[in-house]
Amino acid sequence: MAATRRLQKELADIRKSGIKSFRDIQVDESNILTWQGLIVPENPPYNKGAFRIEVNFPAEYPFKPPKINFKTKIYHPNVDEKGQVCLPIISAENWKPATKTDQVIEALINLVNEPEPEHPLRADLAEDYSKDRKKFMKNAEEFTKKNSEKRPAD
Amino acid sequence: MDSDEEDYLYACDSGNESSGDDVDVGLDFDSGDESERSGNKYSSSRDTNTNTEDYPYEVLSTEDITRHMIECIKEVNSVVNIPVTTTRILLNHFKWDKEKLMERFYDGDQDKLFLEAHVVSPFKATNKPQKVAVKTSNGMEECNICFLSMPSALMTGIECGHRFCTDCWTEYLTTKIIDEGMGQTISCAAHNCPILVDDHTVMRLIVDPKVKLKYQHLITKSFVECNRLLRWCPYPDCNYAIKVQYPDPRPVMCKCRNVFCFNCGENWHDPVRCHLLRRWIKKCDDDSETSNWIAANTKECPKCKVTIEKDGGCNHMVCKNQSCKADFCWVCLGPWEPHGSSWYSCNRYDEDEAKQARDAQEKSRAALQRYLFYCNRYMNHMQSLKFEHKLYASVKEKMEEMQQHNMSWIEVQFLKKAVDILCECRQTLMFTYVFAYYLRKNNQSVIFEDNQKDVESATETLSEYLERDITQENLADIKQKVQDKYRYCDQRRRKLLEHVHEGYEKDWWEYSEP
Repeated sequence: MAATRRLQKELADIRKSGIKSFRDIQVDESNILTWQGLIVPENPPYNKGAFRIEVNFPAEYPFKPPKINFKTKIYHPNVDEKGQVCLPIISAENWKPATKTDQVIEALINLVNEPEPEHPLRADLAEDYSKDRKKFMKNAEEFTKKNSEKRPAD
Repeated sequence: MDSDEEDYLYACDSGNESSGDDVDVGLDFDSGDESERSGNKYSSSRDTNTNTEDYPYEVLSTEDITRHMIECIKEVNSVVNIPVTTTRILLNHFKWDKEKLMERFYDGDQDKLFLEAHVVSPFKATNKPQKVAVKTSNGMEECNICFLSMPSALMTGIECGHRFCTDCWTEYLTTKIIDEGMGQTISCAAHNCPILVDDHTVMRLIVDPKVKLKYQHLITKSFVECNRLLRWCPYPDCNYAIKVQYPDPRPVMCKCRNVFCFNCGENWHDPVRCHLLRRWIKKCDDDSETSNWIAANTKECPKCKVTIEKDGGCNHMVCKNQSCKADFCWVCLGPWEPHGSSWYSCNRYDEDEAKQARDAQEKSRAALQRYLFYCNRYMNHMQSLKFEHKLYASVKEKMEEMQQHNMSWIEVQFLKKAVDILCECRQTLMFTYVFAYYLRKNNQSVIFEDNQKDVESATETLSEYLERDITQENLADIKQKVQDKYRYCDQRRRKLLEHVHEGYEKDWWEYSEP
């Protein structure tokens, strides 16, 4: 199966590269199509915590894009209450089979660090983010403290 | 685009006969030799319809459309010296407006043009990006999609220089074509590379004939939709398109016998014009009339605001909302309690407020009634038209019956003719109601309504005649009656249309904006 071979290699490469903002990658040996990992953002208000995500690869991977879901609740204009995230490079229309999972993760981390209020999933948060940044930061920080996971020690 | 199109028409017979191997026939641009262009004839499937008075048009099959597309490309290529595949992407970028393309090509910044259209400039062939696939030591290359090492012969790519193995390319293109329905806008498989895959590469890499067919279909589809001189026949499952010399709101008839308006694609709708018809259709589809109905026929519960329709006589209302159950008076909307047994002396109105409410309600009721008046009549004719095929069948039976009563085949043809005219009249009448709905009353509109009435009553009489039983005794009699009636109908219908057209020319018609 093409997907398995490629994912094994991608997984090994990502683990070897040891990027700091995506860690603790867990993959069930019997099902390489589902990955879990911890997003560790740099920018406030999200730098007070870490966020678990799940990446689901379809059987047709890499010809069909993976799907990403937040398992940890996050107060973010581009992530909805169910943890769904809108990331253009993994939309079916824009998807390129040569795009690697580390590039997808990188795009996701950039989005978490720099919200894009122009195309929000949660319009209320996007409005606060654009018009009342102070209020947004305060709410987001509180929410992060209460709901997010602990950041890894190192 | 007009002038080019006219040139094209003169050159109509100069299309090149494509080398005919199955589905990629239409997309195989290079197979035709330029010098032979003037010699070949189109296949006979293409027929110019010359019998439609003064509005000539052609019915094109999918193959004709592809040929037409190739001609457009060749025409541009005879002026601009770039690869045909590039020409096509550029043409598509400009929605097949050749003049716009030429203008930008010669007047503007060419590099910017190529960048915008997502193609590599053909004048910078040596300037290929060097980020080609990873070469391994033994002359093998690694495919960046499946991560397998392949001999270079199995690797391929487009102008941007990104190379992948042919299997991955095929799979990628198939997914985009079949699952995403993408044709003209598939870009290179590399991360972040916007360069578009040309159709030549697609046809080379796709093997499955089904996928090829779908690709060809997507390409012709966007070609027709972009081109203002072409329109698909809107009839379900019909694959023909109509090609005109200039776009105009005129009736065109497809090979499938569907007659529609070239300008808007709706059924031919004389005497009403496209923009009013569009407004009418939108109005009918909208739930705006539903809300008008609600405004005219319902009130809100004064306590919980739920919408209530009064369907019985008594004015003592008990709200059915289980959490509300308010008792109130339908007339004044006040609590029922004080009305007691003698509600007829109900005098609890706030005069002004009640009057205002009544006025608003009456107004919306009148508007609704007006709409319903026209809509009912419009729908009625539409409904009758839907039974058209039934009518043809029953008339066919009658015609056979009459032939057994010693009438010849030719003698009974009048019945079919009668149905033809009946249908035409119904179609015209149907759209006269749309026209009338927007029409403001003046002397000419009164004449129009008289004409309408005349056609309508004659049409109904004709319809009645056709429903009647035919017996041997009344045969000759009926024939005479039917013929007289349909001639009259046809004549009056034409008169009505002429009158409306004259009004368009002389600016008689004033529209209201309901």
